[in-house]
Amino acid sequence: MTELVIIGGGPAGMSSAISAYENGIRDILILERDDKLGGILRQCIHNGFGLHKFKEELTGPEYAYRYEKKVKELGISVKLNTMVLEITKNKKIIASNSEDGIFEIEAKAIILAMGCRERAKGALNIAGTRPAGIYSAGTAQKLVNMKGYMPGKEVVILGSGDIGLIMARRMTLEGANVKAVCELMPYSSGLARNIEQCLNDFNIPLKLSHTVVALHGKERLTGVTIAKVDENRKPIKESYELISCDTLLLSCGLIPENELTKRIGVEISPVTNGSVVDQNRETVIEGVFSCGNVLHVHDLVDYVSEEAEIAGKGASDYIKGVNNKTVNIPISTDGKIRYTVPQIITEKKDTALYFRTSNPYRNVNINVYANDKLALSRKKQRIAPSEMEILKIDSKILEGVSKIRLELEEL
Amino acid sequence: MYDIAIIGAGVIGSMIARELSFYDISVCLVEKENDVATGATKANSAIVHAGFDAKVGTLKAKLNVRGSKLMPQIAESLGVKYINNGSLVVGFNEEDESTLGELLNRGNINGVEGLKILKRSEILKIEPNIGKDVTCALYAPTGAIICPYDLAVSAIGNAMDNGAELKCSFEVTEIEDKGDHYVIKSKDDRILSKYIVNCGGVYSDKIAGLVGDSSFKVHPRRGEYVLLDKESGGIVSHTIFATPGKMGKGILVSPTVDGNLLLGPTAIDIEDKDDKSTTCEFFASIYDIAERSVSNIPKNKTITSFCGLRSVGSTGDFIINSPKERYVNVAGIESPGLSASPAIAEYVCNLLSKIGLTLIRKEAPITTRKSMHAFREASVEEKNKMIRENPSYGKIICRCEGVTEGEILDAIRTQPRATDLDGVKRRTRSQMGRCQGGFCSPYIIELLSKELNLPYEKITKFGGQSYVVTGKTKEKKR
Repeated sequence: MTELVIIGGGPAGMSSAISAYENGIRDILILERDDKLGGILRQCIHNGFGLHKFKEELTGPEYAYRYEKKVKELGISVKLNTMVLEITKNKKIIASNSEDGIFEIEAKAIILAMGCRERAKGALNIAGTRPAGIYSAGTAQKLVNMKGYMPGKEVVILGSGDIGLIMARRMTLEGANVKAVCELMPYSSGLARNIEQCLNDFNIPLKLSHTVVALHGKERLTGVTIAKVDENRKPIKESYELISCDTLLLSCGLIPENELTKRIGVEISPVTNGSVVDQNRETVIEGVFSCGNVLHVHDLVDYVSEEAEIAGKGASDYIKGVNNKTVNIPISTDGKIRYTVPQIITEKKDTALYFRTSNPYRNVNINVYANDKLALSRKKQRIAPSEMEILKIDSKILEGVSKIRLELEEL
Repeated sequence: MYDIAIIGAGVIGSMIARELSFYDISVCLVEKENDVATGATKANSAIVHAGFDAKVGTLKAKLNVRGSKLMPQIAESLGVKYINNGSLVVGFNEEDESTLGELLNRGNINGVEGLKILKRSEILKIEPNIGKDVTCALYAPTGAIICPYDLAVSAIGNAMDNGAELKCSFEVTEIEDKGDHYVIKSKDDRILSKYIVNCGGVYSDKIAGLVGDSSFKVHPRRGEYVLLDKESGGIVSHTIFATPGKMGKGILVSPTVDGNLLLGPTAIDIEDKDDKSTTCEFFASIYDIAERSVSNIPKNKTITSFCGLRSVGSTGDFIINSPKERYVNVAGIESPGLSASPAIAEYVCNLLSKIGLTLIRKEAPITTRKSMHAFREASVEEKNKMIRENPSYGKIICRCEGVTEGEILDAIRTQPRATDLDGVKRRTRSQMGRCQGGFCSPYIIELLSKELNLPYEKITKFGGQSYVVTGKTKEKKR
């Protein structure tokens, strides 16, 4: 029996491990599928990480290294090149690697920190041929930054997620010609600073309300047909335009990798595609916690680390038998606010609500209703789906409350 | 000099090669693409049809019913997954019901066993997600599903174990008849062979033209599909066809042997024999059409789409004949070609024997082959034994489908060898899951590069100019 098994050795997994250690747990094991700790940060060689957490600007590998070093210093056990194949409701983990073969571990608590994957081309139903030269932005990032190869020279990017924006700059710096970034929505799904630094600084056009409708080329991609879309996101025939290119990168959304989670019957939110959790990031299965991009997709790794610390602390308490759960308060949203994490409050303590909106808004109030009574109102000048918001609520608000609702009020 | 050259390494050429490899003759299989099973074989409905659809008295009918009977045994010998899931042709009104009645009669005459018309209430018992307007169905218990490229790759592997040779990237450009043998040329190679079997798929009329036979034409008919995540594979257990129309069997909804859900195909006659593109119209309509037959299809679980080209022969039937000495056509093999393939192989052997080829069975031909998915299908104990002997079986490269490094190396090292990304994909299922190779393809490129001793830049998705990278970083701008 291992006290705490953490699935995934990226920023969430490492941070939760350190937090659990600092909360008194010693019997910790991190299972990581790659040959090093760090997860996707290893390929994010650009800077901009750590501004919240360390008050300085780090690259992805630097940020990861701070945690990796700590994990090593604390002597936390890690199994690399190890893939978890299955988890069971009674917290048995079945994993595989070359040294141990297929093996089982029983855990007292599990933290799920498997991260997310990119939405692939196949899910987008783009018509045309299936040539080489179509990559998700993260795959291209891996090829360029870790393998040292260029996926192509003439590039169109579909989707303006952060990895796509980062790769627009990266490919340009490596000598490629990035012809356009097409975004289906009338606003970008990437951070404002990335639009500025990765597109505007390099004169790369961002075509909002545009999509790719067809792929051309039999062996290697030779071009894409792009189109403007109407308000229902349907392509407008008259606007079809052929752009010749040898590469299409896709940055069309990230999906938490919850296949293991679903199989043990953890409730998955249809909005976040991650587990439904309480303020300790505990799922509906006791002793199973979730944090990082497998819980909901973050835009800043700093918040991943922060959330993972909460999960690490929660798992420690669970292992030690500390139980302060006295309430069961569901948190609902009005749709303008897409979701919150956590979705349930089970302890009466100060709690930070992480949330995102469905659309960009200016001049709004974020209102928190406790039992339908306005308990807290926070003014925001600007709010966008691409940037996660945090709202701290005081434990006093939770007194005698059976439900919480978050609403966005346009002023 | 070979005794027999087979042109085209699709499932038909493969199954014929396997059958011929049991005899004491030399066999060479030539293929224009970089790998086997890359034409219609990799993009079809993956169905072993019961045999009620083909017109009575046709070769299609005869070979379909025979092939479907032979298939389970052959699949087992080759370690290819075959699931006898049964099929339903669903109808929505009285007119469909009468068509189903005709199909039932036709099936009975063709010798299909166990056909039955079901009422809605009976259908619901076996398929609770059947479409809300479905009123009746023709049930065929002998209908089955199979993986067509597994079958082709394994059949060629088996043939090669018996000494058959395979030449990929050999596009036949010229055939010269030397009286007692043929010279078959590609742009940079040539082989000599006494006999030729033309299994050229959509190009089989062109190959026939090279020996002076212009008795038939083949045109491509586009069939588009979408494939859904394994999470949706359980929506139906039978293969659900709509009542057929003039252009084919209509849109089907079917589980695959690997547990995905397949929707398609369309049926559109086109000119270009290389145009395997999907269309906007297809994406706009497929889900609604499929939804008529089966409810609750989770269309947001689509993981890929593809298009295959049927070889539609000008005679309306399979074209299997010998218009010329030492030469056999196997053309116009559209549906139910896959189902009929074992019977076609048998039939072609008989035909070759009739036109003078001496077929003496080898003393002990190899007739079985280890499954390409032996590791995946093994028990945990067996897997651990394999990992101890070869640790690369412990290292998972493709997380979505759980494919190990060992399995990928096997695919690159075992005949017929995979030499490109798609070849590895078809043999191992890596890159076939929900991330579609997003995570694993850089590793697989590396393995291919190492095993084939080729630089990273030379690795392709499927041969030709389908390079996956264009060069190293830090290179000067051209």
